[in-house]
Amino acid sequence: MLTHETGHIPVVAPQGADGLFSLLWLIIALPMAGAVILLVGGAIAPKVVDKWGHLLGTALPIGSFLLSLAMFVRVLGLDAGDRQIGQHLYTWFDTAGLHVGFDLLYDPLSALFLLLITGVGSLIHVYSIGYMEHDERRRRFFGYLNLFVAAMLVLVLSANYLGLFLGWEGVGLASYLLIGFWQHKPSAAAAAKKAFVINRVGDIGLSLAIALFFVTFGTTDFASISEHSSQASSGALTALGLLLLLGACGKSAQVPLQSWLLDAMEGPTPVSALIHAATMVTAGVYLVVRSNFIFELAPHAQTAVVVVAVVTLLWGAIIGCAKDDIKKALAGSTMSQIGYMMLGAGLGVAGYAFAIFHLLTHGFFKANMFLGAGSVMHGMDDDVDMRHYGALRKMMPVTFLTFAMGYLAIIGFPGFSGFWSKDKIIEVALTQNWLVGTLALLGAGITGFYMTRLMLMTYFTKQRWEPDTHPHESPAVMTGPLVVLAALSVLGGVMLAGDWIVEFLAPVVGTAPHEAPPIAPILISLIAVLIVAVGVGTALLSVQWGYVPREAPQRVSFATRAARADLYGDAINDTLVVAPGSRLVSGLTTLDRKGIDGAVEGSAVAIRGYAGVLRRIQNGYVRSYAMSVLGGVLIVVLALLAVNL
Amino acid sequence: MTFWILAPIMVLAALGILFVRKAVHAALLLAVVMISLAVLYAVLDAPFLFAVQIIVYTGAILMLFLFVLMLVGVDASDSVVETIRGQRVLAIVGGLVLGATLVVGLTQTALGTVVGLSDANAGGNIQALANLLFSRWVFAFEVTSALLITAAVGAMVLAHRERLEPKETQPLAAARRVREYAERGAHLGPLPPPGVFARNNAVDTAALLPDGRPAESSVSRVLAARGTVRSAPDLADDIDEVQRQLGVEPEGVPEGGGTSDATGDTTEEVHK
Amino acid sequence: MTEYVVLSAILFTIGCVGVLTRRNAIVVFMCVELMLNACNLALVSFAKLHGNLDGQIAAFFVMVVAAAEVVVGLAIIMTIFRTRRSASVDDASLLKY
Repeated sequence: MLTHETGHIPVVAPQGADGLFSLLWLIIALPMAGAVILLVGGAIAPKVVDKWGHLLGTALPIGSFLLSLAMFVRVLGLDAGDRQIGQHLYTWFDTAGLHVGFDLLYDPLSALFLLLITGVGSLIHVYSIGYMEHDERRRRFFGYLNLFVAAMLVLVLSANYLGLFLGWEGVGLASYLLIGFWQHKPSAAAAAKKAFVINRVGDIGLSLAIALFFVTFGTTDFASISEHSSQASSGALTALGLLLLLGACGKSAQVPLQSWLLDAMEGPTPVSALIHAATMVTAGVYLVVRSNFIFELAPHAQTAVVVVAVVTLLWGAIIGCAKDDIKKALAGSTMSQIGYMMLGAGLGVAGYAFAIFHLLTHGFFKANMFLGAGSVMHGMDDDVDMRHYGALRKMMPVTFLTFAMGYLAIIGFPGFSGFWSKDKIIEVALTQNWLVGTLALLGAGITGFYMTRLMLMTYFTKQRWEPDTHPHESPAVMTGPLVVLAALSVLGGVMLAGDWIVEFLAPVVGTAPHEAPPIAPILISLIAVLIVAVGVGTALLSVQWGYVPREAPQRVSFATRAARADLYGDAINDTLVVAPGSRLVSGLTTLDRKGIDGAVEGSAVAIRGYAGVLRRIQNGYVRSYAMSVLGGVLIVVLALLAVNL
Repeated sequence: MTFWILAPIMVLAALGILFVRKAVHAALLLAVVMISLAVLYAVLDAPFLFAVQIIVYTGAILMLFLFVLMLVGVDASDSVVETIRGQRVLAIVGGLVLGATLVVGLTQTALGTVVGLSDANAGGNIQALANLLFSRWVFAFEVTSALLITAAVGAMVLAHRERLEPKETQPLAAARRVREYAERGAHLGPLPPPGVFARNNAVDTAALLPDGRPAESSVSRVLAARGTVRSAPDLADDIDEVQRQLGVEPEGVPEGGGTSDATGDTTEEVHK
Repeated sequence: MTEYVVLSAILFTIGCVGVLTRRNAIVVFMCVELMLNACNLALVSFAKLHGNLDGQIAAFFVMVVAAAEVVVGLAIIMTIFRTRRSASVDDASLLKY
């Protein structure tokens, strides 16, 4: 279905880590130490650690960022072929046939991720100092954030799938802890559980993939697998690809494992920004891109990736159109944008680099917008309903301006980072399959609609504030990161200048033979802009020059009702999984209680009844006992006769 | 030939033990069986056992049974109603099955030719038995004697009664009789003998008092209760008649003056 | 020779049924004596069959032991009779459920 050629698959062949790169382990160790100190030390001596815990928790990721930046600069000075560096920390386990070491791999792909994670992560840490100022469990929050950063770094720096899985599970745990951070709220606890359980389903895929790697290749190292991947059977490769896709769906909230992402907005806003926008949800894309040596040889798996991506892309966009909760609207947007990234990853060598490019730009502008939403909520007494906003641009100018930068980036306004990244993906999609490309364009239009609706309802239109609300600008500790991220949203497109990112990632993903798109790229961009404009205009018509009621109207079209219900994602899960599951469990419980317990106790009761009947033989009379003796004699005599006759 | 006469008798007697009500009848029927068995032993060339069976088994053991029956209560008879449910039926069924099994089994086996005891009994049966008893079976013999001693001692111990009260000596017995006379007016002293004027000394005939009336206390209460007391005056009349025929002057009751324990009745009744 | 052993078996069976059916303790004892006598008859018959006197010796010993047994058994029955005033076998029925 997708038309592209498979070129040469690059082999992972790292050199030893020396010089600056020998400090690779430190990048992980710093936030890990922070997590330990804040959580364990805080449990031992809370009063002491609470005072400076948040500052330590912010300083350590900044330290990791500085190290990552230094290594990035150093690696830019190396030749293209020398940019893969590996560091062996220790042998994790060595059993019959399976040798797994705790190895780190620093190559162009992980370099970019390191910058994203530590950079955006540090900014969000700084933001959290202000956002969580009034929360008494702030120290614990920073401990969990550091734990997340450490786990995510393990995920992207690991040189084999088992280490990746360790980080994978670690970020899942951190996500659970952070979504349910406000434990006293039942909705938060339920959302945390839901996220964890749905992630678990995806983890099954990844675990099976690791087992299949071991069975097929005898190892889980990227280096060995990339070298021998062409020697595996196509069946095994397709199976591996599909299992990896399942894992990615869980972590990146792609259909069918997407229902947890909107519920995850129960967590504090910095969590939504860091985990559910910029980093954790992009781990699935990382997995697919890193496993390019598998996907390139399994075209069916790639098709599956594309299908999932396109469905999710539209699913998230449609949901986002009907949400009145600002965070849930942004979450729907995240789901949709990750769909774009997965689309890019599914399109093969031509798309990997653009998927990563979009991942990075999305990290900038989505984190920017989430933090901006947090700033708005901070000023509106933590109210998330956009129907209670309106005309906030004069009350929060900095927030408004930075948010606007992110908005322009996401809709693909020419010149902003999102324009460059999304257009490239649409271009590659159109080159390989016109239907996929058209749907991607459609998604862009819907994106324009719902993002504009969000902007208008929040910052423009008439004010619909609750009584006694005094919107005000946030303190500098919160607006500072907003400014930085806004700048990145504007300037992030520079990474594409001269196809820099494509060349930079070539040692990891390979170089695609140049294929011309069906129509000229400039025309594609123009069409994209036009479609987005249509979306923007529709939003202007219905929202700005229409009327926004304070209460959500009940009599709405079927499409709106469906979108409000997350396109019935929860209902589907309930019917397909939850209800049969609980019926199975109740059936098993009944079986256990009545069947097995009944059999055990029933056998006891039966024996007691039998004994109760049988003991009446002991009636005390000597003659009855003599009768028993006669019976025994008869049996013996008959037996002897039977044997001897 | 002897066997075919005795065998049905033995079987009938044994069945009789099952069915008779009184225990004494059962003991007698057992005696029949045992004596028949003794005869069979004699037929089977076991003269010593024939004698021992009669002397020991029938003579000693059965007599012991009869003694204990007397002690325990010779009237005791089992009621026909069976107290345990199903016992009788089960017993009969079990017995029939056992009997049938044994008989069938025995008739199906070939016992071989009868060797006969003419060689073994060559020097006499008793001598041969004594030979065996004191050579091959001497240990069993000694142990059996120990057994007999044990049985005798055991029986003595079991039958022994502990005296719970002091033995009643003669002064105590005399004191008791005087007390009973004082309290209840019981007759002090022995029962009246036949007396000077008795005309006969049969147990069931009352003695005559001086005035010719029969003394009721001279006849056992049991006989009186049974109503088997004979009339003393009538018998005295018979004796008078006989004396007259012999020409002897019949002795009548002396006139006047009786003993002090006469009842004060001064009517003279002369029975001729 | 078979007829003697069959007779012995019949007498033994009758003794068995008597033990099970009669209630007077002394009559039960008598049935036990009947069974012992039946065994004696079998022993003596087999002595004649095999031509040696071991059977008669065994019968002799059986008689001795039966005598001892009767002595002790009747003493027991008498002792029980003294206290209970009854010689019924069904009186001793406490060893039950």
